[in-house]
Amino acid sequence: MKQYEVEEDLPEAPIATTPSDVIHTASWRTFRPVIDLKLCTKCNVCWKFCPDDAIGFDGVGFPVIRLDYCKGCAICAEECKPKAIAMVKEE
Amino acid sequence: MARLTIPAEELVRSGHSACPGCGATLVMRYLLKGVGNRAIVTVPACCWTVIGTPFPTTALDVPMLDCAFEATGASISGLRAAADQLGLKDVTIVGFAGDGGTVDIGLQALSGMLERRTDGIYVMYDNEAYMNTGVQRSGATPEGAWTTTTPVDEFSRGKLEPKKDIMAIVAAHRPAYAATVNVAFPEDFVKKVQKAKAIKGPRFVHALAPCPPGWRYSSEKTIEIGRLATDTNMFPLYEIEDGVYRITRKLGVAKPVRDYLKTQGRFAHLGETEVAQIQAEVDARWKRLLALETLV
Amino acid sequence: MVELVISGNYAQSYAAKLARVHVVSAYPITPQTSIVEKLAEFVASGELHAEYIKVESEHSALQACISASALGARTYTATSSQGLLLMHELLHWAAGARTPVVMGVVNRAVAPPWSIWTDHTDTVAQRDTGWIQFYGESNQEVLDTTLMAFRLAEHPEVRLPTMVTEDAFYLSHTVEPVDIPSQEEIDRFLPPRERSATLEVGTAMRLGSFTGPDLYMEFRHKIAAAMGRARDVFLEIEDDYARLTGRNHGGPLPTYKVDDADTVLVTMGTATTTAKGVVDAMRADGHKVGLAKLRTFRPFPVQELRELAGGVDRIGVLDRSFTFGAAGAAFTEVAGALYSLPQRPVLRDFVAGLGGRDITATTVREALLDLLTRDGPEAAWVELKRRDGGD
Repeated sequence: MKQYEVEEDLPEAPIATTPSDVIHTASWRTFRPVIDLKLCTKCNVCWKFCPDDAIGFDGVGFPVIRLDYCKGCAICAEECKPKAIAMVKEE
Repeated sequence: MARLTIPAEELVRSGHSACPGCGATLVMRYLLKGVGNRAIVTVPACCWTVIGTPFPTTALDVPMLDCAFEATGASISGLRAAADQLGLKDVTIVGFAGDGGTVDIGLQALSGMLERRTDGIYVMYDNEAYMNTGVQRSGATPEGAWTTTTPVDEFSRGKLEPKKDIMAIVAAHRPAYAATVNVAFPEDFVKKVQKAKAIKGPRFVHALAPCPPGWRYSSEKTIEIGRLATDTNMFPLYEIEDGVYRITRKLGVAKPVRDYLKTQGRFAHLGETEVAQIQAEVDARWKRLLALETLV
Repeated sequence: MVELVISGNYAQSYAAKLARVHVVSAYPITPQTSIVEKLAEFVASGELHAEYIKVESEHSALQACISASALGARTYTATSSQGLLLMHELLHWAAGARTPVVMGVVNRAVAPPWSIWTDHTDTVAQRDTGWIQFYGESNQEVLDTTLMAFRLAEHPEVRLPTMVTEDAFYLSHTVEPVDIPSQEEIDRFLPPRERSATLEVGTAMRLGSFTGPDLYMEFRHKIAAAMGRARDVFLEIEDDYARLTGRNHGGPLPTYKVDDADTVLVTMGTATTTAKGVVDAMRADGHKVGLAKLRTFRPFPVQELRELAGGVDRIGVLDRSFTFGAAGAAFTEVAGALYSLPQRPVLRDFVAGLGGRDITATTVREALLDLLTRDGPEAAWVELKRRDGGD
C-alpha cells in the first residue's frame, strides 16, 4: 500500500483509490465464528447475510470465514438453520 | 453447494468501518449486486461517509462521489447530465443517502430530482435516526422510539410523532419506479434493484437498515429484526411501477407488532396502551396499502 | 468575430456558449435571470449542445455542477446575492473537490432590507471558499474574462472554481457594444476539457473521502498552492487571449495614471470607470492621483499592490461592501498586503455605493480630496445621510 505521509505524496484532489481490504478489522472481534462442517449444508445463508464480506467458499463449497475481516457480529451463527456455526470467545 | 440466490459479484470490499451487524452495509452490498459495476454512487453525509473508510482507502469497487448532506438529488442530476454529455450512456447513477439526508434535510433536492425526471436511482437506507451523529431522531424515526433527542423520562416517552411516509411523498411525484426493500429479504431486494436498473427515469428505493447500536439490540439480530419489521407490517414490502402498487410479500396473518417492538431497547419503555396504539396505526396503514394495490 | 450590443448578462451567456459548456445548472434570481434565460434559448435552439438542469435551488444548482464537473464535464452556473449565500456551503465543496466550475455572479446587495441593486457584500463574503474571483468593469471585460476563467479554472496547475462578477444593472442590464470572438477562435483558445483526475467508471475511487488530522492540512495547502500559482497562469492565459483578440484587460491589478502618482485610489467593478474621469479632472487641477482596480480579489494581487505602493504616499480604498466590526473587505486586504513594506503609505477606507447607491464623480472626488488631506486608517462611509453630516 502506497504511503501518504507528506503533501507531495497526496493526489491533487482528495481522491482515494486504495481498496479498503488493506484494513483488517479482526481486532474488533470478541467472539469468533467456528463452523462445524459436519452440520453445514452449504446453503450459503451465512455468506448471504454477512455485512463484512468476510465469508468465502472453499473448493468444495463449504463456507470459510476470513478472519482478517470478521467483526464477530454473529449474524451467520444466528441465521444458520442447522446451527453449524458456534461463536467462540477470542483468547 | 446450493446455487447462490443473489449475484456472487462483490462490489463492497471488506475492511470497511461499519459497526458489527450493520444493516446499512448490507443495503450497499445488495444494491451493488443488483446494479453491477457500471455505476457511480454519490453519497452525502451519513453513516456511509465513515463506513466507506478514510483516505486513502475506499470500500467500493465503483466510483463514489461525496456530496453535500442536503443535495443528493442534485448530485444525481449533475452526474447524469455529465454522463450523457460525455457519452457514458450505460452508466447507472445512484444516490445513496440515509433517512435524515432524505426525508429531512435532503427532501427538497430529492423532490427536484424526481420532478425533473432525472434518470437515476435514489436509494434511501433507513436506520430510522441520525445514527452517524449518535442516534438523534429524524423524520423517519417511528413513533414511540427512544433516541438521544427523544429521551424516555418522566415527561417524555420517546418520539411522539409518527414516521414520515417518504414513499407517499415520492409516489406523489409519479416516479418511474419506487420500491421498499429490506436487508432480511436479499432476493427480493436484488430483484427490485435489477428491475429498477432496467427502467429509465427517476427511481426510488426505500431500504430498511436495522442498526444494532441505534435500535439497541445485539448485533446478531439484524436479519431477524428486519424480517419481523416486514412480517408485522411495520415495514411492508411493495413496489410502485407507473403508479401501480404491488405488495411483494403478504402473510396470511401478520405477526403482532409487539413481536417486533420487544426485540429492541429503543421501544422497551412502551406500555400496553402505547403498543396497542402503534398496532392500530400499523393496521390502518396496511389497510390503506391493500386499498392502493387495487387501484390501477 | 462579430460586434453585438448586449448586456453584461448576455456577455456571460455568450461566453458560456462559446466555451461549449456541457452542463448548465441554474436557478433564477434577479438580476442574474437573463443570463440563464439566454442560455436556455441557446440550448433550445440547438446553438449550444448542453444539458440544462433546471434545479429547485441555488444550492442544488452548484451541487449539480460540482458532480458533473467531477465526472469531467465543463460546467457553468450563475447567481446573485441570496442565491450565492445559499450556495456558500457548496462553494467550499467545489474548491475542496477541485472541480473547475465557472460561475457568473451579478453583484447584488443582501437582505434585509431587500435590495436588488448592486454592492459587493455577496461575493466578498465568499472570499474564504477557495474560489478565484474576478470583478468586471465592462461587458466586454465580462465576456473576455469568463472565457479566460474556463481555461484558468481547468488548468492542471490550478483546478479551482472561478467566478466572474459584474455589478447589478450597471453591467447586468446595460447594453454596450461587445466584440464576440468566433467559435473557431475560441475552440483554439479553449480546447475541450481534459478528463484527467476525474471519476472513472468501473474503478474504485472516492472523491471527497474523509481524512484524519494527519493529512487534512496538506490537502488544504494544495488549494493554497494552486491559488498561489493561479496568478502566473492567468497572466499567460491573458497574453494568449490578447494574441487572439487584441484585447488585454491588464492582469490582476490594472492601473490608471499611476506612473507619477503620489496618491492612488483602489477600486472594484464599475466604480472604476467613474473614477477614471475624476482622476483626469483632478490631474487637470494639479493633483498627482491615479487608480488601481482590483480585478482579481482571489488570488489577491499582493505582489502588484506592493510594487505600486512602494512609490506612493497615500492609498485609499473604495469599498462597495463593509465587514461589520472591522472595515471594508478590500481595505483590510490591501492593508494586510502592504503591512510588511518597509515604507507604508497612508491608508484610508471609503465605503460607498451600498445597495446600489450611485457612486458618482462627486462621490469619488470627495473621497480623493479627503484622502489627500487626512491620515488614516479609519473607515469613512461616504455620503451617508445623517443629521450630523456623516462619518
